[in-house]
Amino acid sequence: MQLEQILRQRKEKKDILLMTHIVLGYPSFEANREIVRQMVENGVDCIEMQIPFSEPMADGPVILKANQDSLANGTTVAQCIAFGAEMAATYDIPFLFMTYYNILFKHGEDRFFTEAKEANIKGLIIPDLPPEMGENFFRLAKENEIAPILIFAPTSTQERMATLDSMGQGFIYCVARRGVTGKKSSFGDDFNEYLARCRNATRMPIAVGFGIQDKEDIEALKGRADMAVIGSQTIRLVDEQGPEAVGPFIQGLR
Amino acid sequence: MDNKGFFGNWGGAYIPEILHQTFQELHVEYQRAKNDPAFWQEYLHLMRTYSCRPTPLTYAENLSNHFGGARIFIKREDLNHTGAHKANNVMGQGLLVKRMGKKRVIAETGAGQHGMATATMAAKFGFDCTIYMGEVDVRRQRPNVFWMEKMGATVVPVKDGSRTLKDAINEAFRDWVTNIDSTHYVFGTACGPAPFPEMVTWFQSIISEETKEQIKELHGKLPARIYACVGGGSNAMGSFYHYLDTDTELVGVEAGGHGIDSGMHASRLCGTDASPGVAQGYKTMFLQNEDGQMLETHSVAAGLDYVGVSPILSDLWEKKQVRFEAATDKEVMAALDLTMKLEGIIPALESSHAFVQAFKEAPTIAKDEAIIINMSGRGDKDIFTIAHAYDDPSWKEFIISRAAEYSSKS
Ligand SMILES: Cc1ncc(COP(=O)(O)O)c(C=O)c1O
Repeated sequence: MQLEQILRQRKEKKDILLMTHIVLGYPSFEANREIVRQMVENGVDCIEMQIPFSEPMADGPVILKANQDSLANGTTVAQCIAFGAEMAATYDIPFLFMTYYNILFKHGEDRFFTEAKEANIKGLIIPDLPPEMGENFFRLAKENEIAPILIFAPTSTQERMATLDSMGQGFIYCVARRGVTGKKSSFGDDFNEYLARCRNATRMPIAVGFGIQDKEDIEALKGRADMAVIGSQTIRLVDEQGPEAVGPFIQGLR
Repeated sequence: MDNKGFFGNWGGAYIPEILHQTFQELHVEYQRAKNDPAFWQEYLHLMRTYSCRPTPLTYAENLSNHFGGARIFIKREDLNHTGAHKANNVMGQGLLVKRMGKKRVIAETGAGQHGMATATMAAKFGFDCTIYMGEVDVRRQRPNVFWMEKMGATVVPVKDGSRTLKDAINEAFRDWVTNIDSTHYVFGTACGPAPFPEMVTWFQSIISEETKEQIKELHGKLPARIYACVGGGSNAMGSFYHYLDTDTELVGVEAGGHGIDSGMHASRLCGTDASPGVAQGYKTMFLQNEDGQMLETHSVAAGLDYVGVSPILSDLWEKKQVRFEAATDKEVMAALDLTMKLEGIIPALESSHAFVQAFKEAPTIAKDEAIIINMSGRGDKDIFTIAHAYDDPSWKEFIISRAAEYSSKS
């Protein structure tokens, strides 16, 4: 089954879905394993696994540091794909890879897609690959039935959203605000207006990410978005309290 | 540049969605400026009255005699205001920022010359200014940090990654995506997402526009070769641009660091360590590992210590229109020393790379031919690094006594 359909089915039973984020190899693959287990057991609907890159342009300090530390530990792309395969074989939720374009480009796009498909990865989020630059990428995504997930931003015009909607699959990732990952977002009138614009621009499910940190944030998204994305917050939590803290945190979100 | 920002196989605009609209506006503004003859006139006027354009082309008679071959000419970008070619690009972008109505500028800097030029432009045009600079570079280019701060800029030392130019670029992008509405990112070299490589080249092309006139006047014909150092590639593109369709041979000189086989260098187009990649918004030859992770680079010159290179130069390299060589840290010090002693001219460590290769080739070129070395900047900024490399006793004594003075007062 493809990503959009899986998410729609899960959404039938919940008022909002939860997607979480991990940086592979940070603090270690051991810890990643435990974190994913706790996430899935506490009802997370989808997990994006970031393959670390040395130049993570769109990420804020928390995820940036995680990328660097993971690489300093010696994390390789091959290990990341193998870990993805292991998770997808172990748990019955969709797993995505998030990374920057150079990781695919250097690995060989064909080879990356083949390996990701073998690993049963359902979608890819590549924040520095706009549709104009990704002819080959979008062709391979279609051939391999892996959803290319595109991003709406508050600066996207209606026309631009229409273009992105026509190229993307799975769901649309709506970035809550300007800036990089990590800082808290505020959900005022401007935000609601933006989210309404997003909703109108696509028939796919919409996820909202960047700066979502607690139950209150998620409450505010119910009825407006299909999925909430928790990114930097779980990394912060693991840094401060260890992997054991993830389960109770996720539990408390809904 | 094609309509997607590519030069042959290289370039493009690999940018996060949040920047899409800003880049659309930048493309429009750039095209409008390019098609408006009054804009270039305004630019020339500014550069003539605020900076020192046209900068002289100096016949280096003593160096020419010393090598006994080609007549050596030096293009004096050191005499441009703020002491390097960087101001050519910055003042041009400053005029664009005024047109776009933005009030804040940010920039990355390696050697500090681009940051310095941007801080100067911001002071003149009344913009707020933040400069991102790798922590390593803050240390090795301390005089420029001092002047940037004195001109009212905020200098942010970047502590991530290799703490050099590429990390400063990442951090500037992070600022930009956060403050796009108010802010323009004054990209410092002919790299990054389109339209930056072409736009920066356009402003820097003023160098070759001038030398083409100057060399005809001083030498009667075009030069046999032109040498320029290559960091990101802006002074090289600027000094090559108007010769691309001539018989003049164009030579780009990269940082050879401890040697091209040492792994401790920043040679992307010369040598075999680089491979095609996409980072910092564009596709070019990058120094990266098998997995696409960027490598540490090394050069005595902060401004050349960079993993990528202009996509326009990658294209010219692939089409064999520009030849690439490398100069080691050691060779650079020797060329700098000789130029000071024989000509009374102090090239920046970056620029000294171009001198190295010109000196190697000058003896083999006929005496009635001319070569031009693009001296991208002056060496004053490097006083700490150069004095350290000389292990200069009287300078050390001065630093020690000044430090003692400061610490006894605090
Ligand atoms: C004096 C000088 N020359 C050369 C460079 C290298 O830049 P580019 O290759 O863009 O000319 C710098 C960069 O900081 C510089 O300050």
